[in-house]
Amino acid sequence: MNEAPAIVVRDLTRKFGGFTAVDRITFEVHAGEVFGFLGANGAGKTTAIRMLTALLAPTSGQAMVAGHDVYREAEQIKCDIGYMSQRFSLYEDLTVRENIRLYGGIYDLTDRQIHDRTTRMLAQLGLEHAADQFVRAIPLGWRQKLAFSVALLHEPKIVFLDEPTSGVDPITRRQFWELIYEAAARGTTVLVTTHYLDEAEYCDRISIMVAGRIAAIGTPGELKKKFDASSIDEIFVRLARPAAASEARK
Amino acid sequence: MKALLGLLRKEVYHILRDRRTLVVIILLPVVQVVIFGYAIRTDVEHVRLAIVDPAPDATTLAIRNRFEAAGVFRTVAVLPRMDGLEPLFERGAAQGAVVFEPGLAEKLARGLPAQILIVSDATEPNTGSIVQAYAAAVVQQYSRELGAPRRAGIRIVPTVRMRFNPTRQSSNLFVPGLMAFVLTIISSLMTAISLTREKETGTMEALLVSPLRPWQIIVGKVTPYLVVGFVSVIGVILEARLIFHVPLRGSVALLLFEGLLFILVSLSLGILISARTSSQRVAMMGALIGTMLPTMLLSGFIFPLESMPAPLRAISYVVPARWFVLVARGIMLKGIGLAYLWPATLVLIAMALLLLTASTRSFHERLES
Amino acid sequence: MTTPADDAVAVDRVSKNFGSTVALADVSFSVQRAERFGFIGPDGAGKTTLFRILATLMAPDQGRARVLGRDVVSDLWTLRARIGYMPGRFSLYPDLSVDENLRFFASVFGTTIEREYQQIAPIYSQLEPFRDRRAAALSGGMKQKLALCCALVHRPEILFLDEPTTGVDAVSRREFWDLLDTFKQSGMTILVSTPYMDEANRCDRVALMQGGRILAIDTPQAIADSFDRPLFAIRASDRYRALKALREWPHTHSVYPFGETLHYADKRTDVPADRIATEMLAFLSSHGFDDASVERTAPTVEDSFIARMGAPEGVRAA
Repeated sequence: MNEAPAIVVRDLTRKFGGFTAVDRITFEVHAGEVFGFLGANGAGKTTAIRMLTALLAPTSGQAMVAGHDVYREAEQIKCDIGYMSQRFSLYEDLTVRENIRLYGGIYDLTDRQIHDRTTRMLAQLGLEHAADQFVRAIPLGWRQKLAFSVALLHEPKIVFLDEPTSGVDPITRRQFWELIYEAAARGTTVLVTTHYLDEAEYCDRISIMVAGRIAAIGTPGELKKKFDASSIDEIFVRLARPAAASEARK
Repeated sequence: MKALLGLLRKEVYHILRDRRTLVVIILLPVVQVVIFGYAIRTDVEHVRLAIVDPAPDATTLAIRNRFEAAGVFRTVAVLPRMDGLEPLFERGAAQGAVVFEPGLAEKLARGLPAQILIVSDATEPNTGSIVQAYAAAVVQQYSRELGAPRRAGIRIVPTVRMRFNPTRQSSNLFVPGLMAFVLTIISSLMTAISLTREKETGTMEALLVSPLRPWQIIVGKVTPYLVVGFVSVIGVILEARLIFHVPLRGSVALLLFEGLLFILVSLSLGILISARTSSQRVAMMGALIGTMLPTMLLSGFIFPLESMPAPLRAISYVVPARWFVLVARGIMLKGIGLAYLWPATLVLIAMALLLLTASTRSFHERLES
Repeated sequence: MTTPADDAVAVDRVSKNFGSTVALADVSFSVQRAERFGFIGPDGAGKTTLFRILATLMAPDQGRARVLGRDVVSDLWTLRARIGYMPGRFSLYPDLSVDENLRFFASVFGTTIEREYQQIAPIYSQLEPFRDRRAAALSGGMKQKLALCCALVHRPEILFLDEPTTGVDAVSRREFWDLLDTFKQSGMTILVSTPYMDEANRCDRVALMQGGRILAIDTPQAIADSFDRPLFAIRASDRYRALKALREWPHTHSVYPFGETLHYADKRTDVPADRIATEMLAFLSSHGFDDASVERTAPTVEDSFIARMGAPEGVRAA
């Protein structure tokens, strides 16, 4: 990894009134890395992601995303990142082609670029036959793969995935991960948040957030060795359970 | 029974905790009364006119002809005495009347002031004021033509008297319509929304899978809104009486009974709407288009039914609010009872039975597939 | 000996369509009393439709389903008092407090929290600190526990839990399964559905579902063991290129990412496992994967699921 890191975070903090949602987190994500960003409900994951995608201003600390400062260069960040969530990604009442065109337009691609990339994307996904079908008519698995490809349409440097594979069958899930690996192999940095802890093991590196802080960070192998655990799930439960118990009492 | 009580208690919590809706339910009638305190004017045609002419002579016949020719009035009856007027108004057969004094032509010839009485049914203030204005114009025009060029000093003095609504306040009129409107919102809209909300949160599944029978679920959901509707009606009446001094001449018990009928009709419509929709947004649109707009537009609440084109008037016959407004105006402003109001009451009863049956049937014991 | 009539659930050739969509196609199975039976499959596999039919909320188009010996269509009113059902969405009133929700569901079944305290104590004790909190303000894990508590408050003989752990974090998921364990000795039959393969092991038996059909029914161990070839876990620093390379290898039966590793099965069934491993290592290092390692691994339920789905293009080499 001789390139500059895709994401550099130093002491990033966000408070809501007296509550510190994100408490001085520090980490780096390398370019072309698949990074798993894990945490229990309410651990501060969502707040951290919102700051990194320039949707929410930090209270203090620094963060550089794709070489841009989250305080001053929100617009540049938005051009350089892609986003896909399980809840919102494609318009179901538009066709596949119309969705692609819409996103191309949002990111200011030329007609030529949109046309070329649409053709390439549909061929790669094997979805040529469904180009003019409504998104709601195509199976969930295809929809998620398509949503991922659309998030990559403007060739962002970093793509944020929020629970990308929940509810899909194990084969579709693997096809999805192959798409992620392929994007990473082309140099795109991928940041994944998920509840699905065996999914974490597909990542190059992961971090586990507990109560606003990063409680563990490393490759899945390193962490399993360090915590002497057989799975990430086990580590997660060990780190997050005491925090969950005290959070519940608030 | 315990289950039903549990349902009712839960529904009361919902109503009390949804602050925004609660404020709407409480403030809506109050604000509406104030807003509609100002009359809404519209043009009127084919006003049903009665004429009282004890001793027809050349002058009275000439004036009667002019009324006919004005194009606004349609003469429905010519009576020899004032006595016959009352029943005509009560049945709604006449909306206005012109009363001549005997020996009008003779008085005019002798240069004495002659009187013409113009009576209008002010339970419909729009129509009432228009009758007044047109009738006065017709009489004055005639008097000018007759008197001005020849014998100065001889005039016709039209005396205007309002019936039922002597102060001519349109608030008297809109209150019954407003009651219909408020009841529609609370009964139809709230019921439809609260039922579809259970579908949205998934709690309907839990209710259906329990031993509760569909009728229990419906009664549990609907009773609190029935109560709220009733309270609003009483609130509107009180406000109307205390602030706008709207009269309540007829039987309060009858009015509340008719209100109950109308609430049942509206609740059933709300249940029917919710049976066909699964989201609160769609239910709201459905209630708006299916019940609130007809209540506003086709009940005679704002726009007089008699000035509507025939097709719209035909549609108004299936709008429950039309019948309720008719009945409520009759009871509040005219003080009449079932002797006159039984046909409209029967229509409301029939509607309530039909819609209650339909809505209970629409509520399945399983999830619709 | 148990006879079919004693089964807690007996489903015989049930089908259900919604328009042209097939939700359930000719599904048959039975569940014994006191068994914990899992349905595992992705969204759209038909799990929710099946649970709704069993919970008397839907009638099948074809076939028959009996719960506690009674028909779910004709005996629905006798059944409804005896079953507990927790729908996929937690089915709570967000504007009511924990206690109010619970009291309401108790009243619906003509009972009270106090009378049923014994039954719900293991869960209610965890909820009690927040009894006055509105359900809307609870965390996902707490909502899930409250929903379970509401489904249990009338002491049902059988419990249907439709995806109780979806959207809940890993800690809460684990606690939820631990809670279900406490009902084990009470003899309650529990049917539970989940999209998470790793939860299969918490069930006595599982059915793998896909596209409205049941692919397999057995104990989790037997399903995992049914994977009929030696399975290898391959580690390489560049997983993606290694995957591409192995797809080109003529002996590959299937290869796909599995956590940190790639799972590989060989086409040849007559070659000993250690020879396959040696050959594969040689193949990988000849393609520049010097750091690659190959080791035999035990198949999981997920591996079996993939094998039974009949892998489409991509996962299985041609």
